[in-house]
Amino acid sequence: MTDLSDRQKLGYIASQAADARLNVELETEGMTLNIGPQHPATHGTLRIICRLDGEQVVWAEPSCGYMHRGYEKLTEVRTFPQVTTLVNRIDWLGSFANEVPFILAAEKLMEIEAPPRAQVIRTILFELSRIANVSLFLGDLGVQMGAITPVFIAFRDREYVLNLIESATGGRFHPNFDRIGGLKDDLPAGWIDETRQVMVKLREFCDIIEDLLFGNEIFQSRTRGIGIIPADIAKDYGLSGANLRASGVDYDLRRDQEIAMAWDKADFKVWTHPDGDSFARCWVRLQETRESCKIVEQLLDQIPAGPVMTKVPRIIKVPEGEAWVATENPLGVMGYYVVSKGDLGPFRVKIRTPSFNNISIVPWALKGVYVPDIITILASLYFILGDIDR
Amino acid sequence: MGLVANGRMPASLTKLFNISRSYSLWVYQWGLACCAIEMGAAFGSPRYDVMRLGVIPLPASPRQADFVCVSGTVTDKMAPAVKRLWEQMPEPKYAISMGSCANCGGPYWDSYSVTKGVDQIIPIDVYVPGCPPRPEALLEGIVLLQQRIKNEDMAAKWRGEDYTSLQATNSERNAAKVAASFDADVESAEQQSSSSDPIVVGGGPVE
Ligand code: SF4
Repeated sequence: MTDLSDRQKLGYIASQAADARLNVELETEGMTLNIGPQHPATHGTLRIICRLDGEQVVWAEPSCGYMHRGYEKLTEVRTFPQVTTLVNRIDWLGSFANEVPFILAAEKLMEIEAPPRAQVIRTILFELSRIANVSLFLGDLGVQMGAITPVFIAFRDREYVLNLIESATGGRFHPNFDRIGGLKDDLPAGWIDETRQVMVKLREFCDIIEDLLFGNEIFQSRTRGIGIIPADIAKDYGLSGANLRASGVDYDLRRDQEIAMAWDKADFKVWTHPDGDSFARCWVRLQETRESCKIVEQLLDQIPAGPVMTKVPRIIKVPEGEAWVATENPLGVMGYYVVSKGDLGPFRVKIRTPSFNNISIVPWALKGVYVPDIITILASLYFILGDIDR
Repeated sequence: MGLVANGRMPASLTKLFNISRSYSLWVYQWGLACCAIEMGAAFGSPRYDVMRLGVIPLPASPRQADFVCVSGTVTDKMAPAVKRLWEQMPEPKYAISMGSCANCGGPYWDSYSVTKGVDQIIPIDVYVPGCPPRPEALLEGIVLLQQRIKNEDMAAKWRGEDYTSLQATNSERNAAKVAASFDADVESAEQQSSSSDPIVVGGGPVE
């Protein structure tokens, strides 16, 4: 530092005083900003009411319920096989992943287990739906920060995955393929080779997105250091999935839980990031997509021979009891608490969805941020409205 | 638009207007639930590419839109907002209802919180059935809507009447000219004016 002359010091003080005066004169009035109920950044119909002071958010309050379709009540008037048709549609981007915990809970009550072949195929389809889910997130992320190109690439490459899901299950979006005791059908001929080729394309997709988006200086300056969630706060609010892992907590139910799926047959890494900011959340999801490709490729080599369905009675009656099963879904921990009274349908189902807990941190995370950062934080938290309101 | 305001319009001019209108449709995407993703695939993805049909999926506000695509579950809490946005759109305006939920409630037909059909609150021109409909089905719905616009009698629209096709108006005129004993003509006019019913992609009932 060069020495400052007295004159410069005086000039500095004068300019500070002028700034202070200006700040007093420019004091702004409070204003209420309403985002939604339909806004592209909310992936559906979430409404957020913000109280602003100038450009800064004083408090923010999410208002849920615009997509409440009454799943928990509807399951009480459906039979067990019919429930999968409904719960498909909770997290609509990763539909197959929603069926699995419910089916596992019903199987736990009936004390049966799917044959090994069905378990491996279930896991493959589970990971494919994770890829379909997260790849759309990676594309959408760009749009919300003003980069239009990634979304076209995401939609193009996502179609390959949807084609795979469609050729195996018959449904692009809502496969309804899982049955109590196994799967509806076996894989079609040629599916395994096709899947291998698509996985190569998806790795390329991840590389493109990493170049286009994560290497972009504008993207970095808009996400780094924005919306930091420390690990203890994340745990307090019950976050799960990539949002939790981006705060440095190493927790993944795929690895940490004994369950009748085939994740223990694959070798994969659970990525975490120490920063806990918006960039970390997006980055962890990108790495997870790569890991999913890895899991799928490994499991394709290990599909055992055998049936895809155990023996179950034609009319399924689940014995009396209660069961709780949770899995690591694309958005976080999703679980079903099923109470059965020995009838055709469940007596009560409690659904724990990841987005509902993830969104509960919004009032805390939005306090004191600037208006453009609202969108960044919402985008990086990544929720799906069906998953919040159920 | 003195001619139009009086309810008169030369047929050739109507046709010209109709062709121009049907190939510059600005659509407001009212995506509510799962179907919104398929709508996004139809409108935003390079594989389906809706712009080749002359549809521009970009307006940020309903005040600039020609038609609205309601896709997904309309809940009772959301219904007032849907109605309000429909009222904000300038005439002439059209609506496509995409997916079983928007058509009739879909898988939630017995739910306590879902509006059983968006046609209870806004008039619908084209229904696209499916849960969710493939993007191709939505594109077909749009093509059918364009045909409907091309056949529309604009003067009738500006008089505030329901949808009237050009053929229906012409045959009505003819029927009035010819003596009433020509029952066949009158009947055919009635048949064609029944085309003011909404279109269902793939035929069949709305459910
Ligand atoms: S029709 Fe089916 S896919 Fe569409 S919003 Fe309703 S449940 Fe979702």
